[in-house]
Amino acid sequence: MAKRVAIVGTGQTFHKSHRPDVNGQELIHEAVARALADADLKLKDIDAVVIGNMDHFEGINYVDCWSVDGSGGTMKPIIKLTTGGTTGCTVAIGGYHLVGSGMFDRVLIIGWEKNSESDTTGAITTAFDPIWDRLVFAGAISGLAAEAQAYMARYGATDRDGARVSVRDRKHAMNNPHAQLRKEVSLEEVLASPMLADPIHLLDVCPRSDGACAVIMASEDIAEKICPKPDWIWGTAARHSYSYLGDADYGRLTSMREGSQELWKKAGIKEPRKELDVVEMYQPYSFGGLIWIEDMGLVGPGEAPRYIWDGNTDMGGELPINPSGGVISCNPIGATGLIRCAEAAMQVMGKAEGRQVPDVNFAFSSGFGGCWWTDMILHGKKKPA
Amino acid sequence: MSDQFQGIEPMVYQSQINVPYSWWAGDTATRFFVTLRDEKKITATKCGDCGKVLLPPRKICPRCFTENMEWVKVSDEGTLLTFAVAGRPFAAIPADKKVPVIWGLIQLDGADTALLHYLDGVRPEEVSIGMRVRAVYSEVRKGTIRDISHFKPVK
Repeated sequence: MAKRVAIVGTGQTFHKSHRPDVNGQELIHEAVARALADADLKLKDIDAVVIGNMDHFEGINYVDCWSVDGSGGTMKPIIKLTTGGTTGCTVAIGGYHLVGSGMFDRVLIIGWEKNSESDTTGAITTAFDPIWDRLVFAGAISGLAAEAQAYMARYGATDRDGARVSVRDRKHAMNNPHAQLRKEVSLEEVLASPMLADPIHLLDVCPRSDGACAVIMASEDIAEKICPKPDWIWGTAARHSYSYLGDADYGRLTSMREGSQELWKKAGIKEPRKELDVVEMYQPYSFGGLIWIEDMGLVGPGEAPRYIWDGNTDMGGELPINPSGGVISCNPIGATGLIRCAEAAMQVMGKAEGRQVPDVNFAFSSGFGGCWWTDMILHGKKKPA
Repeated sequence: MSDQFQGIEPMVYQSQINVPYSWWAGDTATRFFVTLRDEKKITATKCGDCGKVLLPPRKICPRCFTENMEWVKVSDEGTLLTFAVAGRPFAAIPADKKVPVIWGLIQLDGADTALLHYLDGVRPEEVSIGMRVRAVYSEVRKGTIRDISHFKPVK
């Protein structure tokens, strides 16, 4: 990269299942105004805008243009990026590239969704091949259930292990005023909630949310002038792979494994479990919190349930995961990946308030998409070499 | 096709995507539509910073990026800024409208921006930019932009 890049401000809405009081532009504006206030910048300071959401979710095909009242993009360079579930992480990576290239000093990055405006499964179905996969396997839950089943069969994990992850994230959400679902649940309540697709119970999965998130990135030339303790981007990785659903290795998330290995190599991280201080992962269902931390290399294959049960990923544990309450507490999909990025940045900047993990040096955030792809960002307190 | 497929019958899978939407208007647009429906008045929002009166009403002034907005009533009479005529039916034309359909961008007195709506009660060849037009309200009003039936020339 020509320039090192840091996050200097973040903002997000108070996410809810329905926001009938605002249209999409107005929702976006809430997040943008908060990010500008956080960075103590004005709209005129912004050199370019990156925005994204899910295709088909609101039925707006030119979101980059349509949203300018809310984004502040009028007469500025603005670009839309959309990559399904990973969108929120992809817009952050796109903003990082714009600033890192040296062509823009201050870039405003926006992810948003009004999930309440359409049929989520109907829209997600369009992500799958129309001739081969759409009729038999489309939608989000069935694919995730297949992954969980394969993992359980391979390593002997149970639905109680998944439920333990759900209990953790929903407890963490109690510390986050922005989360949609803020109610603690017990292991028994998770297991007794309606079965959606075996082994996934209702309380194992994310809700649908209306919400927006905005992040401002700045180049090394000005980042510390805007924010004395910015969140430095140490690296990003993206792995997208999909032809047909049957091509994936069910029970392992190959994109997470390959992407995180690239990230650790870029940053010189040898033992991610010990060197990371906090993780905000796009984990739309509880079993992902088992499988994918193994693919990240935090623990070995099949070791996640024990690690989770021992409390290592709870607040106060060795490596807290999803202090925000994560995606199963709140999921405005196009914003979800960017919320992970913003939450990780807040942890590094010391701005995470009631959900702050002490002394964060490295934080990890990720995005996930239903066709088994993963985008990720490594955040750090120190300026990269 | 027969050359490309060399005797193999090409299969085409017929399907459709059905994604229903229910878009929230938000409280700002809702207030405009309720006033239009119940009082037959056209309202807009005025930016407290730049003074511009925006129609459709905006919660945020897109130039000043402020929520310092107040509601103002604008006239139901205005000036035609430009127009277009559709001579053939197509999907965007409601079933109750017959071609030729005329769309106009109308700057209502008191507003700084124009409203897109239908012109009626006038033949296409009689329409001219700068002409004065007035809103005609629908008998049955449901809280949509079509609570204004159309705009007609001011005699």
